[in-house]
Amino acid sequence: MFVLVLMEDCLAKKMEITVSEAEKRTGRNAMNMQETYTAYLIETRAVESQNEGQCSPVDSLWRRYSEFELLRNYLLVTFPHIVVPPLPEKRADFVWHKLSADNMDPDFVERRRIGLENFLLRVASHPVLCQDKIFYSFLTQEGGWKEMVNETGFQLKADSRLKALNATFRVKNPDKRFTELKHYSDELQSVISHLLRVRARVADRLYGVYKVHGNYGRVFSEWSAIEKEMGDGLQSAGHHMDVYAASIDDILEEEEHYADQLKEYLFYAEALRAVCRKHELMQYDLEMAAQDLTSKKQQCEELATGTVRTFSLKGMTSKLFGQETPEQREAKIKVLEEQIQEGEEQLKSKNLEGRDFVKSAWADIERFKEQKNHDLKEALISYAVMQISMCKKGIQVWTNAKECFSKM
Amino acid sequence: MSCLQDTSLAEANSFSPSMPISPSSMINQYKFEDEPELKDLFVTVDDPESHITAIETFITYRVVTKTSRGEFDSCEYEVRRRYQDFLWLKSKLEEAHPTLIIPPLPEKFVMKGMVERFSDEFIETRRKALHKFLNRIADHPTLTFNEDFKIFLTAQAWELSSHKKQGPGLLSRMGQTVRAVASSVRGGVKNRPEMFAEMNEYMETFSHKINILDKIAHRIYKEEREYFNEMKEYGPIHTLWSASEEDIADSLKGVASCIDKCCKATEKRMAGLSENLLPIIHEYVLYSEILMGVLKRRDQIQSELDSKVDALANKKTDKDLFSEEIGKLEDKVECANNALKADWDRWKQNMQYDMRSAFTNVADNNLRYYEECLATWESFLASQTVDHHGEEDSEDRP
Repeated sequence: MFVLVLMEDCLAKKMEITVSEAEKRTGRNAMNMQETYTAYLIETRAVESQNEGQCSPVDSLWRRYSEFELLRNYLLVTFPHIVVPPLPEKRADFVWHKLSADNMDPDFVERRRIGLENFLLRVASHPVLCQDKIFYSFLTQEGGWKEMVNETGFQLKADSRLKALNATFRVKNPDKRFTELKHYSDELQSVISHLLRVRARVADRLYGVYKVHGNYGRVFSEWSAIEKEMGDGLQSAGHHMDVYAASIDDILEEEEHYADQLKEYLFYAEALRAVCRKHELMQYDLEMAAQDLTSKKQQCEELATGTVRTFSLKGMTSKLFGQETPEQREAKIKVLEEQIQEGEEQLKSKNLEGRDFVKSAWADIERFKEQKNHDLKEALISYAVMQISMCKKGIQVWTNAKECFSKM
Repeated sequence: MSCLQDTSLAEANSFSPSMPISPSSMINQYKFEDEPELKDLFVTVDDPESHITAIETFITYRVVTKTSRGEFDSCEYEVRRRYQDFLWLKSKLEEAHPTLIIPPLPEKFVMKGMVERFSDEFIETRRKALHKFLNRIADHPTLTFNEDFKIFLTAQAWELSSHKKQGPGLLSRMGQTVRAVASSVRGGVKNRPEMFAEMNEYMETFSHKINILDKIAHRIYKEEREYFNEMKEYGPIHTLWSASEEDIADSLKGVASCIDKCCKATEKRMAGLSENLLPIIHEYVLYSEILMGVLKRRDQIQSELDSKVDALANKKTDKDLFSEEIGKLEDKVECANNALKADWDRWKQNMQYDMRSAFTNVADNNLRYYEECLATWESFLASQTVDHHGEEDSEDRP
């Protein structure tokens, strides 16, 4: 499970995956109540080598969001050392006023479709995750997939939140790198949410500025009716103000995709934290096992030598009610020695597991860091490109308007 | 070469402020109206100062006049005036020239509650409007030679006070206004010449549109300011983020710097709006009220004539006495009409020029804003692609 995969050949290179459509459906839920939900069409096609000219057939099946969630939960439990790609948000968040927060809103559904496709591509291009059979079946097997996932029994393997929380507070020697990573993921989450919130407000205000200019159009037109010389200039300037006001819709639509890119990494922060939590849990487990072993060894020593170094209730009771017979003591020592041996083996394997986990987790984290740096830099560049395009549009409109004004 | 030596003009203005100007003298003035090189009177309003007395607090403004005109004893004057003094001047000008378009004064109070009375913003806006007011008068071919205007510009405080006390009092002014309102209530005048009927129609629509424009312009300013406020917060978040990052720290800082620069550019754009478009549109909102008033006063002068003519038709005796009176009234109407017509044309030309330059200025402001932002983002983009190429090069090296 924790073996590092060095192959570059991942599923994404062999198979074209798209989430091509979204459709509203009605059905009955677990409580036999009618519900409306959206289903997404996943299309897959084997990638042909360059020599063949033919296209292979497209396979397709429909999945809904909850199935994607099930897949992801399975991956989280099965590959705890991997930073598992996040799903697009369940509900619209960080909206600015024009966007509706409704899950059925077509723009939201469209952006979610893109997000789900992105999720599948991320998993398919991950060297470890892409090899998973459940993932492959998710893409290719329409019926019986849910049962297949549940049969893996992954829910039983999941660590309880309470256990994980406990571990976080009590672990004594976590790997420093994971502690730092946890801090980083907290900071990342905090700063990206803040950024998205302010961006939404900025978008709202920008929308207001542009749309208000649209009011010029009508009043210029009405005013031009009573002016002889100024009329033409006013009228045509008004038209350009209408163009200006209308241009903001496309601009902000594009920015929404940029926001989605940032959101992905906001959710990735949670995935990072999950890996850190797993490490803490394993480390805590290890520390507890080592502690347990130490105390058993101590008990054994005490029994063997007859000295009581630490207070124990047994010791007290035996002092009060008489010592044990040598046979009883021998039996106890034997049991303890067995337990100690078991414990030492367990500790060895836990240590090994822990070290393997750290090694493979850290490898994936390095991979993730490179991906993150690349993606975020690209996103920032694309943001700059959007701003440049907006400025150029603005320059064009106002140049035209200025010409009209000069003819007034 | 100045036509100011025409004494008939000086006489008509200095000694009989309430006598209507003869059409011929108006034509003379009209000739050199559009020659800016002959401008020989320069007025500025600045340096607001607060005065606190036991009774009240008020602001005075410094009014500086530079002139080469002969009728001024000196070529430079510096006086201090308060808003009341401006109000007095305006009412004297309206009295003297009932059918001329007297420029608007800034309002006494700002009702919107956006700006506090006597805040710096309020005082500055008022100062600029007062400066505009005096300059409009100085540039007006008739009003510039008005005696009260001269006294306003040159008299010391006590001289002005004593001069104010002379002349037709408050009551006669009120009487004129009351008559004007009354005649307008009666639904205008019967024989209003078509030209003035058209002017009325025009003014009604213009007034409506300019008020809407005023609201739009203020709304745009408000939206730009709210955008600016959000942008102020937007840039620094990227800087904060860069502190947790290594590889992308520079890119993040770059974006932060771009956003901050665009933020400053937006502030300049706002300032341009409030310095140029907003005051001009507001001035024309006030002008539209003034023009409606001037048209009403003309109507009133005509209705005086009309009622006398009607009265004459009914009377059989004293026709000679009446016809002399009617003759005078007819002259009065003709003068008023001509004065208004000429001033109207002048006002329209100025309005066209002012609107053109105000909106062109808005377009320039926006162009400058977008060009600044464009340059900022383009230079950021260039810095990022240089880094990319730098990385590629280092990969190629063995």
